[in-house]
Amino acid sequence: MGGSEILRVEDLHTSFFLPIGELQAVRGVSFSLQRGRSLGIVGESGSGKTVLARSIMRLNTGSNVKTSGSAFFNGRDLLALPRREMRRLWGTEIAMIFQDPMTSLNPMVKIGRQVTEHLRQHKNVNRRAARQIALDLLNEVRIPEAESRIDRLPHELSGGMRQRVSIASALACEPSLLFADEPTTALDVTVQHQILNLLSREQRQRNMTMVIVTHDLGVVAGRTDDTLVMYAGKVVEQASTDEIFDKTQHPYTEALMRSIPRTAQPSHTPLAAITGRPPVATHLPAGCSFSPRCPYVQPRCHEEDPPLVSIGTSGHKAACWYPVGSDANREAFERNLSDRLPQTLAVAESLDADQSSGTPADLPDGGLA
Amino acid sequence: MPWLTKVCTLWLILVVFTAAVADLIPGLADPNYQGFVFGDGKTNEGPTASHWLGTDNVSRDILARLIYGARVSLIFAFSVVAVGIIVGGTLGSIAGYFRGFLDTCLMAFVDTWLSYPAFIGFLFVSTMLGMRNLLILCLIGFIFVWPPYTRVGRATALAVSGQDFVTAARAIGTSRRRILVREIFPNVLPALLAYSLVGLPLLIILESTLSFLGLGVEIPTASWGGMINQARQDLLINIWPAVWPAATLFMTVYSFNNLADWVRKEAASQSAAI
Repeated sequence: MGGSEILRVEDLHTSFFLPIGELQAVRGVSFSLQRGRSLGIVGESGSGKTVLARSIMRLNTGSNVKTSGSAFFNGRDLLALPRREMRRLWGTEIAMIFQDPMTSLNPMVKIGRQVTEHLRQHKNVNRRAARQIALDLLNEVRIPEAESRIDRLPHELSGGMRQRVSIASALACEPSLLFADEPTTALDVTVQHQILNLLSREQRQRNMTMVIVTHDLGVVAGRTDDTLVMYAGKVVEQASTDEIFDKTQHPYTEALMRSIPRTAQPSHTPLAAITGRPPVATHLPAGCSFSPRCPYVQPRCHEEDPPLVSIGTSGHKAACWYPVGSDANREAFERNLSDRLPQTLAVAESLDADQSSGTPADLPDGGLA
Repeated sequence: MPWLTKVCTLWLILVVFTAAVADLIPGLADPNYQGFVFGDGKTNEGPTASHWLGTDNVSRDILARLIYGARVSLIFAFSVVAVGIIVGGTLGSIAGYFRGFLDTCLMAFVDTWLSYPAFIGFLFVSTMLGMRNLLILCLIGFIFVWPPYTRVGRATALAVSGQDFVTAARAIGTSRRRILVREIFPNVLPALLAYSLVGLPLLIILESTLSFLGLGVEIPTASWGGMINQARQDLLINIWPAVWPAATLFMTVYSFNNLADWVRKEAASQSAAI
């Protein structure tokens, strides 16, 4: 691994204190990121991925939020930085793209101005120069007829166009680290593809470090260097993106991949869902949080929370007592099958269906890219 | 725009315009000119070529008094609303965005202020002061009108603060003051303007009511409420001096409400189109 470390997160915890109790949104996340690489954080709704990104960026507001741990950006702990210092980093060093371009742009401000808002604040650019920069940026993010759109208000643009504007506005100060929080969730599929390609291109060209937060494995596939899978506020699996797809270790990651619909399946095949529901963050199950839904669950899983440990080669880590592909995992599956555990039966059923339709079950195919 | 709204808009333009240029209209009588003092006066006269709407019981031209009376109503209503928007918008935005102790204190104060009936307050202050003129009326208005605007402003600012574009502004290192001025306030303003269109006719009615009770502007300054009050004495002899200002008042208030309704619907259909 070449390059220097740009971000190192250590044992990050974020809790919301609600009337019903403490909601642990992020529970001890650690990872590190090399300059110029891209990282995908994957997890379902409520897994803590957005809160993690916002915690690192110190954007969680409210008096009931508590964040502990550390996030070193170029050696400086962001979580311990005074507000004033933090403000100097925001926009110029670290930037963020938000999920919904309908709400992340100010409805009362023309897009040309929104794009250069921070330039004017941080770099004392005058109005004329700012307009030219805005025009260049809008062209760069491929907004057609940027000249005529620069004086439009956000509601006059389409969703994809708006997301391009917010990307342009995040890129304006040339940050070295860019967080993209579900940048394509609010967009329709064809536009998603374009926006993701745009982000990847900008990341490569500018040698930017990028973190994409998403619930869609298809977004990270083939686009990010590394992937981090989160479940109930914890990292359950972490590896290079290729490894995650080829040598899946954690049952949750495997279940996620299994729930991607595939074009090879005959029509009207029921969608493979993960049985059960995500745990309520105020009342987490004992032991491994995925244990109530896991097809390989064993008594040990209900008692001890598995630590995130290296498995196999090249920094592949997973938090599971019975990692997928191991002998112990196969035995656990057989045992649960004979015990007729509902989630295990459901998985076995979908495996059968896959075999009959001729698609290998454990291999995600081209349908997800 | 439906035809009724068009009529209402035309009416409002007419009222505002004539009130603004009243001094320049040729042939418009001095509203306080009492014909009988100078010997040519006919009291309670019907419409004639020289007095289009006739004269009142002290032989003053009703049309002239209506036009000058509009000044009092409009200056009062518009200035009070303007102060409401500026003060309420600023305080409300600050409270809604910064929250915390400041918000708690301010809102406690506003709630106390709101629970005090503004009309009684008007009666009390204008009686206590003894002297009455438009300026004092407006000043009392300023004191009583800002709390509801602060409430509306704060509610909107709360909603706006939760939007991603405010977080986005923070994420590019915008200072809190700049966020307040550039992100929050411009988005609070439309809500306040919509609210003020409802508030305007209410203020016009308030002013007329006070004048009718003799607690508005001091006579002989013309005002619609005062005119109705004065015509009350001779209502059985000649009803017109009371009908004209009452009709004008009705038309103006109705027009404001109709226009406000239309603006609200337009805004709703526009945001639905977004």
